[in-house]
Amino acid sequence: MHPAPSVIFFTTFSGLGFGLLFFLGLGFPAVTGWTAFAFFAIAYVMAVGGLMASTFHLGRPERAIKAFTQWRSSWLSREAWCAVGALVLMGLYGLGLVFFDTRWTAFGILGAVLSMATVFTTSMIYTQLKTIPRWNMKLTPLKFMSLSLAGGALVAGQVDAALVLLVIAGLVQIYAWVEGDKALTSSGTDMASATGLGGIGKVRAFEPPHTGTNYLLREFVHVIGRKHSQKLRIIALGLMTIVPIILLALPFSHFVGVLAIASHVAGVLTARWLFFAEAEHVVGLYYGKR
Amino acid sequence: MTTLPAKTEKKLGLVIDLDTCVGCHACVISCKGWNTENYGAPLSDQNAYGADNSGTFLNRVHSYEVQPAGDAAAQLIHFPKSCLHCEDAPCVTVCPTGASYKRVEDGIVLVNESNCIGCGLCAWACPYGARELDQAEGVMKKCTLCVDRIYNENLPEEDRQPACVRTCPAGARHFGDLGDENSSVSKLVAERGGMDLMPEQGTKPVNKYLPPRPKDDMPEFDVLAPFLEPVAEEPKGFLGWLDKTLEKL
Repeated sequence: MHPAPSVIFFTTFSGLGFGLLFFLGLGFPAVTGWTAFAFFAIAYVMAVGGLMASTFHLGRPERAIKAFTQWRSSWLSREAWCAVGALVLMGLYGLGLVFFDTRWTAFGILGAVLSMATVFTTSMIYTQLKTIPRWNMKLTPLKFMSLSLAGGALVAGQVDAALVLLVIAGLVQIYAWVEGDKALTSSGTDMASATGLGGIGKVRAFEPPHTGTNYLLREFVHVIGRKHSQKLRIIALGLMTIVPIILLALPFSHFVGVLAIASHVAGVLTARWLFFAEAEHVVGLYYGKR
Repeated sequence: MTTLPAKTEKKLGLVIDLDTCVGCHACVISCKGWNTENYGAPLSDQNAYGADNSGTFLNRVHSYEVQPAGDAAAQLIHFPKSCLHCEDAPCVTVCPTGASYKRVEDGIVLVNESNCIGCGLCAWACPYGARELDQAEGVMKKCTLCVDRIYNENLPEEDRQPACVRTCPAGARHFGDLGDENSSVSKLVAERGGMDLMPEQGTKPVNKYLPPRPKDDMPEFDVLAPFLEPVAEEPKGFLGWLDKTLEKL
């Protein structure tokens, strides 16, 4: 899959933003006044900024509002509803904390649930695709949610929770890589089933249908990035989990905290780039590629 | 709503004969021509006369070399591919705006372009590469089964079939109702063992592909060949004289 920067930024930052909103909604940290304002501002910049970035890859962004109509069948539509629901409820909750010094618990808890629901629906957009075996597994939502919670805990300054969640997210990520590497082979889709010609003999792509490239090859057959995937996995895992864990173990200061967050974000961006670049869409088989 | 209909009245679709297709790409061109000038946004090209050209097509012809086991000669099979109008179309259910839908009356999968936001998710969900996002219009394009031809009473009756079928010089493409077991296309599928592409994806395609017929084994030479008179004869006349003279030199 083509690793589009807009989608990588969207999933990384909105995941982090909604993860932070989850912790704020549950009252960790129990902030009010201007401190609360600062926390909510950071969360909204990341969550809303991520959502805005996602509209950049649309062919017709001016019609984006229509994406709210098909919540009965479409995960993308459900994501839109959850995101708006979470942002509105958490906005009201934040209003109470910042300006009235009161904690409207119901709004906070509902907002926290909807924040995680948003991350879950985002992950389901990828998980539902049988055409991309590497994504079509239960580990995908687990990975998105564990990373969102770990990042959220980190930004919320919940050191104990962050330490546990970072370890969990790292383990889920490793497991997802191991299982993902086997996914295409075990999906049963290959050139023989794609062409139906496997019964005659070994199928080889002799000539593509076009001399130049096309939308399908640009969007679905991205093979360049896989060359360094093993090295990038180590870099991603190191920055995403190991470096922040080491930094959190040091005596806490705001500088160390910011460093841990920066490292984590860089790691998640790398892992998310790999998530797309390594994903094989079965349509590549028609071109003899994967 | 972009939920799929439980049942469609007809299952209109194509039957493509891989034994007959000669790989001339006439269906590709006629499809591009008709669908650029008629229903929906035109199929644009980018940098059509430059070095890095590309464009939107709804039908493309791949070519595969299949090597049977043993010494048998490899076969070259031309393979036209367009939307299979699946019964369980994953492209329809993922659509967030309701732009993608499957028609109850005939099972054709269509895009309402004025509702399409160009998110590309339907193309991600399609295992066959049947959908392409038009780079000029920003909306998703796909085979309409020439819905603006097959019901068009302004056209002569013989033209009321998809452009690709109408144009195929080899007769490798057939159009009809695959839901009616007595239709000519259904009989063809039954007779020739028509198959689904990527059945394991669970899409239940309506379009069927007829596999190439088994090839004859070509013997090295005729068993009677040793008993036949050689065709070559001794030259006579001027050539015979020239042959003898040159031999003597």
